[in-house]
Amino acid sequence: MIPVGYFFSLSIVLFVLGIIGFFVKRDLITMFMAVEVMLNAANLAFIALAKAAGSPAGQVIVFFVITVAAAEAAVGLAIILLVFRQKKSIKAEDMRLMKG
Amino acid sequence: MFWLIPLLPGASAFILAVFGKWLPKKYVSWQACLSVFASFGISLVSFFGLLKVPPGSLPVIKTLFHWIQSGSFNADLSLQLDPLSSIMTLVVTGVGLLIHVYSVGYMAHDKGYQRYFTYLNLFTFAMLILVMGANLVLMFVGWEGVGLCSYLLIGFWFEKHSAANAGKKAFIVNRIGDAAFILGIFFIFLIVGSGDFRAITGAIEGGAITQGMATLIALLLFAGATGKSAQIPLYVWLPDAMEGPTPVSALIHAATMVTAGVYMVSRMNLLFTLSGVAGQVVGIVGALTAIFAATMALTQNDIKRVLAYSTISQIGYMFIGCGVGAYAAGMFHLFTHAFFKSLLFLAAGSVMHALSGELDMRKMGGLRKYLPLTYPTFLIGAIAIAGVPFLSGFFSKDAILTHAFAQGQYFIWALGLMGAVLTAFYMFRLVFLTFFGPERIESHAKEHLHESPRVMTVPLVILAFFSIIAGYVGLPVVLGEKANLFSRFLDPVIHPGPEVHLGISTEWLLILVSVAVALCGIYIAYVFYLKSPRTPHRIVARFPALYKLLYNKYYVDEVYNAAFVKPLVNGSQVVYDNFDLKVIDGTIDGTAAATSFAGKVLGLFQSGLVKDYTLVLLLGVVIFLGYLLF
Repeated sequence: MIPVGYFFSLSIVLFVLGIIGFFVKRDLITMFMAVEVMLNAANLAFIALAKAAGSPAGQVIVFFVITVAAAEAAVGLAIILLVFRQKKSIKAEDMRLMKG
Repeated sequence: MFWLIPLLPGASAFILAVFGKWLPKKYVSWQACLSVFASFGISLVSFFGLLKVPPGSLPVIKTLFHWIQSGSFNADLSLQLDPLSSIMTLVVTGVGLLIHVYSVGYMAHDKGYQRYFTYLNLFTFAMLILVMGANLVLMFVGWEGVGLCSYLLIGFWFEKHSAANAGKKAFIVNRIGDAAFILGIFFIFLIVGSGDFRAITGAIEGGAITQGMATLIALLLFAGATGKSAQIPLYVWLPDAMEGPTPVSALIHAATMVTAGVYMVSRMNLLFTLSGVAGQVVGIVGALTAIFAATMALTQNDIKRVLAYSTISQIGYMFIGCGVGAYAAGMFHLFTHAFFKSLLFLAAGSVMHALSGELDMRKMGGLRKYLPLTYPTFLIGAIAIAGVPFLSGFFSKDAILTHAFAQGQYFIWALGLMGAVLTAFYMFRLVFLTFFGPERIESHAKEHLHESPRVMTVPLVILAFFSIIAGYVGLPVVLGEKANLFSRFLDPVIHPGPEVHLGISTEWLLILVSVAVALCGIYIAYVFYLKSPRTPHRIVARFPALYKLLYNKYYVDEVYNAAFVKPLVNGSQVVYDNFDLKVIDGTIDGTAAATSFAGKVLGLFQSGLVKDYTLVLLLGVVIFLGYLLF
């Protein structure tokens, strides 16, 4: 039985990788993937806790997260597609219409 | 049902104001005239009804509803009918009706026809409220209402700069008087606790008002009257008010509104009698105005302006009557003056109409053969105002002067007598210059020279008829104690002052003097303007300074301009430059600039880059977690 701390460690590593990926990458697709990594890091933590606590609640939450992530992926990719059509670019810094 | 008297013209004004734009002219004329006609009919019925009411149950009061109830202060919307208001309603609706009818012809081609009749009806409504209001509050509503209508009608042709300015002048000058008037009303509220006329009468008779207080209040009220009734020092607006349509000058600025002050003083006669000093002031101001305005009328060439100064002078006579305690005589002069002065104005309007709007008497002359109806009616008006016996003006003016003499006010009496000479002189100067002598008419005016349509001449004839006979309701006392029906009718309202009886011979002598004075004035005018027309020029050449002084109306307008208007305008400019532009605008501009600057600074945080926002989000989470953990 792998101690729950390992899962946590992996989860934290994945999450931090996601954050770093989000901030260092410039194109929207990669940033988007980084967000997915963060989501799955959280999922991993939930699963590990569910197993350790013997409660199915954590697993249920993970299903919800996966569902929402799927929907979010569809919407996000569609937005990125439209941005590309408009700007011929998917670099985040090209999208600054809201600059004050 | 006397309470319908003001409401009918009011309702008509309301309908015309709302729907007037879509109504045909013909309908407008009928509605406007019929509403006043109905009012006049009810006034007549009420008048005869009033004769049967025993004096003890006067005034008849109709409370429509409770209007203001605030603490111990009450004001009802209630109308009253007593001899004084009954006479006023008859004058207002009777003369008003004729002027409405005349206006149908006079204003026929004006594009503001509906607007004109709306105002005229509204004025009738406000004036009737003024004279029928049973308390000072309602009276003040009417007082301001007629002021508003006066403003609207003076500035009726507001495209003309001078008309718009004249309207403003009338309104502003009246405000000065009204400020004093309302102060007087407040003092009455303070002492009596009510604005009801019966309560005021009760308070005065019960001795609740001291003599000093009565003087203060009476003088404040009279200051209001000098504004509305164009007396010294606030008369300056009335000559300029001639910018309005002529029927308006006849109705508002001769027959009714400007006499509101006389009505008010008569209504509050107990107060003025109690004060004594205030009555004296009223008499002296009246006498000075009577003669001052008469001298200004001598040199004017504008036919309406002569009549305007004449109106100021005649109202001065009414105030002489009030001032010497002969309120009935003052009211009597108001009554007769309403007929002959509106007649004179309407006839002058008819002359203008005939001459395509010409006002300058130097461009008239010899009109009597062209205007076969206007000429005799105008002449009757002139004879009546000049004080020739057997016409109305003679009886009323003589009543006032006799009372002044009887009260021992010889100074006022002498001024009034001098004014009477001048009145006869300038009125006949007007007649001779306009209707006699060589024709000086300009060719373009002569082409269209025509007598006015019947809708205009019939009112003239009716008014001329009343100018002759109106005096016979107030015959002098020498013809019998009961000869003065007018004065006896007013007895229940007018506190009988100290009766001073002159001997029969003195009284006849005074009458003879008045007659002599009037005929003398007419004769001088005849010599000056018909017999030897060079005389006026010689006199002008002899006394150029005096002529210039009179011609420029004693420079009063200029003095007022320099003393009040200019400092006010300049002071306002200074305040505008320094306070408005710097303080107020500075505050607002500063607020805007500060907001804008804050926006700029805060805008720096909005980079438009997703990463920056997420970084802030991340920082927020870290701080939040840090707070939770430690």
